[in-house]
Amino acid sequence: MADILRERERQVYRKGQETAFQLDCEKQSVAGSVSQRACVFCGSRVVLYPIADALHIVHGPIGCASYTWDIRGALSSGPELHRLSFSTDMQEMDIVRGGEKKLYAALCELIDEHQPKAAFVYATCIVGVIGDDVGAVCKRVSMEKGIPVLPVHSEGFKGTKKDGYRAACDALLQLVGTGPIDDVSPLSINILGDFNLAGETWIIRDYYARMGVQVVSCITGDGRIDEIRRAHGAALNVVQCSGSMTHLAKSLKDKYGIPFIRVSYFGLEDMSNSLYDVARHFGNKEVMQRTQSIVREELDRTMPLLAEYRRALTGKRAAIYVGGAFKAFSLVSALRLLGMKTVMVGSQTGNKEDYEQLRELCDEGTIIADDSNPLELSTFLEEKEVDVFIGGVKERPIAYKLGIGFCDHNHERKEALAGFEGMVNFAREVYGSVMSPVWQLTPRKRSGALEVVR
Amino acid sequence: MAATSSFTEGTSVFGGQANLLQAIETIFTVYNPDVIAVHTTCLSETIGDDLVQIIAKAVGDSKVPEGKHVIHCNTPSYVGSHVTGFSSMTKAFVTYFADPNAEKSKQINVIPGWVEPSDMRELKCLARTMGIDIVMYPDTSDVLDAPQTGKHEFYPKGGSTVEQIRSSGGSAATLGLGLSASTAAVEALTAKCGVPGTMLELPIGLQATDRFIDTLRNMAGVEVPDAITDERGRLLDMISDMHQYVHGKRVALFGDPDQLVSLAEFLTLLDMRPVYVVTGTPTPQFEQRFMDATGGNVPEAKIRAGAQADMYLMHQWIKQESVDLLIGNTYGKYIARDENIPFVRHGFPILDRVGHSYFPTVGYAGAMRLLEKILGVFMDRQDQDAPEESFELTM
Repeated sequence: MADILRERERQVYRKGQETAFQLDCEKQSVAGSVSQRACVFCGSRVVLYPIADALHIVHGPIGCASYTWDIRGALSSGPELHRLSFSTDMQEMDIVRGGEKKLYAALCELIDEHQPKAAFVYATCIVGVIGDDVGAVCKRVSMEKGIPVLPVHSEGFKGTKKDGYRAACDALLQLVGTGPIDDVSPLSINILGDFNLAGETWIIRDYYARMGVQVVSCITGDGRIDEIRRAHGAALNVVQCSGSMTHLAKSLKDKYGIPFIRVSYFGLEDMSNSLYDVARHFGNKEVMQRTQSIVREELDRTMPLLAEYRRALTGKRAAIYVGGAFKAFSLVSALRLLGMKTVMVGSQTGNKEDYEQLRELCDEGTIIADDSNPLELSTFLEEKEVDVFIGGVKERPIAYKLGIGFCDHNHERKEALAGFEGMVNFAREVYGSVMSPVWQLTPRKRSGALEVVR
Repeated sequence: MAATSSFTEGTSVFGGQANLLQAIETIFTVYNPDVIAVHTTCLSETIGDDLVQIIAKAVGDSKVPEGKHVIHCNTPSYVGSHVTGFSSMTKAFVTYFADPNAEKSKQINVIPGWVEPSDMRELKCLARTMGIDIVMYPDTSDVLDAPQTGKHEFYPKGGSTVEQIRSSGGSAATLGLGLSASTAAVEALTAKCGVPGTMLELPIGLQATDRFIDTLRNMAGVEVPDAITDERGRLLDMISDMHQYVHGKRVALFGDPDQLVSLAEFLTLLDMRPVYVVTGTPTPQFEQRFMDATGGNVPEAKIRAGAQADMYLMHQWIKQESVDLLIGNTYGKYIARDENIPFVRHGFPILDRVGHSYFPTVGYAGAMRLLEKILGVFMDRQDQDAPEESFELTM
């Protein structure tokens, strides 16, 4: 493996290789490697930004604000304030003199103008370096305006995207426990770690409604401040994107004694198990019966639709590179359901247990990689003769330039991939890309492909 | 391809030298480029990292292999805009590479400004048609629009080479396009290598392209070939045919300053009225450039540049008195939808339509494409809105 950085050798593993499995992870990216990761600020932004009735203001130079301006499809069923990315637009003199006054003025003006339910203030690299006391400004504005104004300590140099998740969870923790919970049912949950991309939270919410389980809050897909303030009333936290939300779930368990379970809404198997796990937790007969009939109904509807895709896709090879490892588990299973084989799988932020679980799940010879880069990824794709690459916007050009199909399973996706209906969408997307006639014209390494053209 | 020096909290306290040195070593070892171009960030600038010293150390410690280069420019985010950074890195090419002792040649340097790869391809094509040797940088053609080869090429075949940039120090003249993006590099070339420089606005539209062709012709002492004269004639023919469809239309423009000035000139030639012009990039003499471009023919125009000149402001202006057409980057779609205004995408970034990287808007061919797009949105709108009795085959 000449193409792997020496420092990264222990971050890549091939199932079946002689050495004991011990994948290094949760490390800083090697300086000079082209990491696919994003920064702390990005981590905080992506977790909190779907809260639709809050004011989100980036305290830093204007560039940071454009970074996540409306490039993610976190939908709202009501207010749209979250789609405006406010910034203090710090200039050179603000760096010299400090940006606290500018932040104060911006917050006051925006809160008066938009009347939000709360405000989140994201601290960027430069704010950390010049030492603005963001917390103090927030406290002052909060007192004066009578709404929660929460600092998010997301200075870029503090670590990886994961540290940004943590900073976001810390901000959320200040909100939880401040709302009334008298009308919360004992059969109730919070949905943690779904961000309503392409309306996915709505799909999931509907399943829980049909089960007879009250959803107290969605954190943060289609999120609302008042709901989050009541989150401590829920009987169970159901955590999807575990990378971002485990910290919040653990904190809520410590502080309010709310148990949590990890679930995934991707793929039929994991989707069904998620609903069953929730039903089992409550031990309520009626809920369980309703869950069974939902699953039966949905499977009856989806399986015939998937059968056709499966016929075409059986034996095709897939590679996966995603942000969180938990999503990778579901994708491996979902692809298996389509008759496909996962030959390479990796994540930006997986931890030891995640990779151990991935290893158990995968076939012999599968490459498992932590914090990979374009050079490695393109090498893996070629070596493994992959038919479809599943990743995000940064992975797409790698696939297309190699002449390989691609499915966007990252936050830029516009098609709901969660839930039972999401699995059908996923199959359609994978099918559409893998089977495209264009690949017959691209000079692929694989022998045979070119012959089709001739 | 973008690598980082992967700053940590410790780096911010103790300085970024160790990280950058490690990054340089890693990049040359693994990715093997000819050049590493270092852009600084708010963080490294504010903690005071001295790039000149760090690069010297990298060279001293033999972390830069023979024949390879590390260059830099200062790009703290709190100074200027993306145009500032583009301009600074273009100038850095001159500072690091242009050779005052390069062999004197008849070649012409073209600094194209911040335009699309398709535009750079078109500029090269026009020069080639005129039989003029040019060296152009930056050049994103065949890099950002590289063909599908079945390989993931880290260094596609296009772009300008270090050797070409070096030779620009001995060129006969430099032609810089786009005052905001290219002036710094052109002036640096004159100061460092004594190459005489001329600055023009971007060759978008008929007259700006005329000046580009004419300046290039004079610099190289060549005749303009019929192929180019004829192309200009076709553009003129198209404008003659179509002028009645665009006459008097009010237009709002936003984006990068260089694009806006040339667009305003072209729109004025089409007898349209660029009434609102907004750029977030702080631009000295923006209003004067607009006046020069439009010949003072649009006295009602509202023009604003800098931090307070945002799309919110432009939206307010449009609400007060509407326009017939909006031209700008993808972010304009919100206003276009809210106000139900035809919208032509132009500038950076365009995130939601294809075409801009393949088809130029500079040169005569580019002007024809722009006019086609403008006419297209007007006529689509007319067809869509026309009552049944006036929905006609011809327009």
